Amino acid sequence: MLDSFILPVCRVSAPLILAALGGMWCERSGVIQIGLEGFMLVGSFFGAVYALNTSNPYIGLLMAGVAGMVLSSLYGMVVLRYRANQIVSGTAINLFAMGIPPFFSKIWFDSTGSTPPIPTAAQFQIAPLWITLALVALSAWAYHSSRFGLRLRFAGEHPDALQSAGVSISWKRWQGILISGFLAGLAGGTLSTYLSSSFIRNMSAGRGFIALAAVILGKWKPIPTVLACLLFGVTEIAQIRLQGVVLWGAEPVPVQWIQILPYLITIIVLAGAVGRSESPKALGNS
Amino acid sequence: MNIFKYRPLVMVSSVFLGMLLTDARAELKVGLVLEKSGKDDKSFNASAYQGLKRAEKELGVMTKTVEAPDNSAYESLQRAFAEKKFDLIVAIGFHQLEAVKKNAERFPDQKFLLVDEDAKKPNVRSVMFEEHEGSYLVGALAAMHAPSGKVGFIGGMDVPLIRRFQMGYEAGVKKVNPKAQLIVNYLGVTGEAWNNPPKAKEQALDQFQRGADVIYVAAGNSGMGVFDAAEAKKKLAIGVDSNQNWIKPGYVLSSMMKRVDDSVFETVKMMKDGKFTPGLVRVGLKSKGVDYALDQHNDKLVTADDRKKLEAIRADIISGKIKVPDYYISMKKK
Repeated sequence: MLDSFILPVCRVSAPLILAALGGMWCERSGVIQIGLEGFMLVGSFFGAVYALNTSNPYIGLLMAGVAGMVLSSLYGMVVLRYRANQIVSGTAINLFAMGIPPFFSKIWFDSTGSTPPIPTAAQFQIAPLWITLALVALSAWAYHSSRFGLRLRFAGEHPDALQSAGVSISWKRWQGILISGFLAGLAGGTLSTYLSSSFIRNMSAGRGFIALAAVILGKWKPIPTVLACLLFGVTEIAQIRLQGVVLWGAEPVPVQWIQILPYLITIIVLAGAVGRSESPKALGNS
Repeated sequence: MNIFKYRPLVMVSSVFLGMLLTDARAELKVGLVLEKSGKDDKSFNASAYQGLKRAEKELGVMTKTVEAPDNSAYESLQRAFAEKKFDLIVAIGFHQLEAVKKNAERFPDQKFLLVDEDAKKPNVRSVMFEEHEGSYLVGALAAMHAPSGKVGFIGGMDVPLIRRFQMGYEAGVKKVNPKAQLIVNYLGVTGEAWNNPPKAKEQALDQFQRGADVIYVAAGNSGMGVFDAAEAKKKLAIGVDSNQNWIKPGYVLSSMMKRVDDSVFETVKMMKDGKFTPGLVRVGLKSKGVDYALDQHNDKLVTADDRKKLEAIRADIISGKIKVPDYYISMKKK
């Protein structure tokens, strides 16, 4: 059970959880964050590069987070400093991110968008799961009971109240954006250094958007968001397990039916099973 | 007169002169259009790229390679080569069929090579591989190394081409062990399936968990995940398209090679010798278009006994004694 179900679910959920926590922090501060996919992509690339060069997966993972953060600071500059539309600039960040790995991999490895395999000694065994767990605990605590968390939430809920208390709204939003960049970068890092052994072009494969769906499903709250990610993880594993299995009749279930499971569940859950999902009041106003 | 006054003019005209001179060398120009997974997929596209590089080195032709960012880019990439008067445009992968058809009509004087589909145009050479024959061989090999009687198959995108690999493989497995059980997974129904090693690794770990001893993977870049899983579980994997034995020595039993490199090289050579022939060419075990890979990395895994059995099967397939089921044909019957 542990080896055949629980661990696989945790493994496929871990990058979703990290990215979703990042998305939650950013959106709680009042900034729409659809750039998670892009942060993940550069994170997984630089994670692989540093794990390769230093033969130390921890440095790789850390640099993955830093890479995501650097890219997110660009997003922060565009939307906070220059007040650009957040949806449009988020999309632009995602497109921009797609070009970064091919550019550097051409220079460093003469390859068009992938890194050489990371040797087994420089790969994680299980540590990223513990790191994820620690970050979940930290996030939940900060969200509910730290001054930092409360102030950040106010930036997305009642920015005026925050301002009259003498706290800079834009600084809180900067924090939200940088946290999301770091966490989504870490999420990407787990893809290339833990869940596989090299960076492959576009390897984030839509996970950033699934993480965003999890944030909405989890009503922008840490524990429900994590549960939503685990739900996606369960459907992913169920999807693997149900392929080619005969449930009724003589023919196995067509693979296409199984693969719509996560999307189907998202629609059903969002359409009412968990009730109204209310976004932070000041989300998107800047 | 101050010559510097005319510097822009001099520069522009010298560029034009340079272009004229390069064209005048009448070198054979070959353009290669690869799929999204690119020249470093260590598999299908890598094989085509290596064939082209060999042609560049041995035949002294000028080559240029591009990778399509998505499936809608093929037509414009091929056209860009055609407009720059490339003599031969090589299109890799069944996704490029429609684009090749259009461009072949638009540029009737230039030649095209299409791999994995049949374009049926007078200036296109189409090469199709008998993947099911090669897969049959590695299927037999997999069954020889599966004491539990369970083997796995992981396909990339769920398309007829990959079903063809699976069907041949399954038949080969059953030939050696009629009671063998096959566990099958596909990664997806979109192009992302070729670039998702984390998911492939999960699927492979699951198959090993359910008792599979050997997994045959036909999934482009995603195959790396299966090799990782084989290493983690100390089991075996079989690679595809290129010789992938080197990726995890000791855990890659063999690779079902599609000699795309040879096809590309030979077609360029034909062009060079002025002997280009259009039309469909099918290459299989007989013409060594597909084969199982044997090198220093899997020398110890594949025993002399295995090899003898495999050679006997190969001979039977070539002579027609063994009929390998072909998904393309079974699809037409349906």
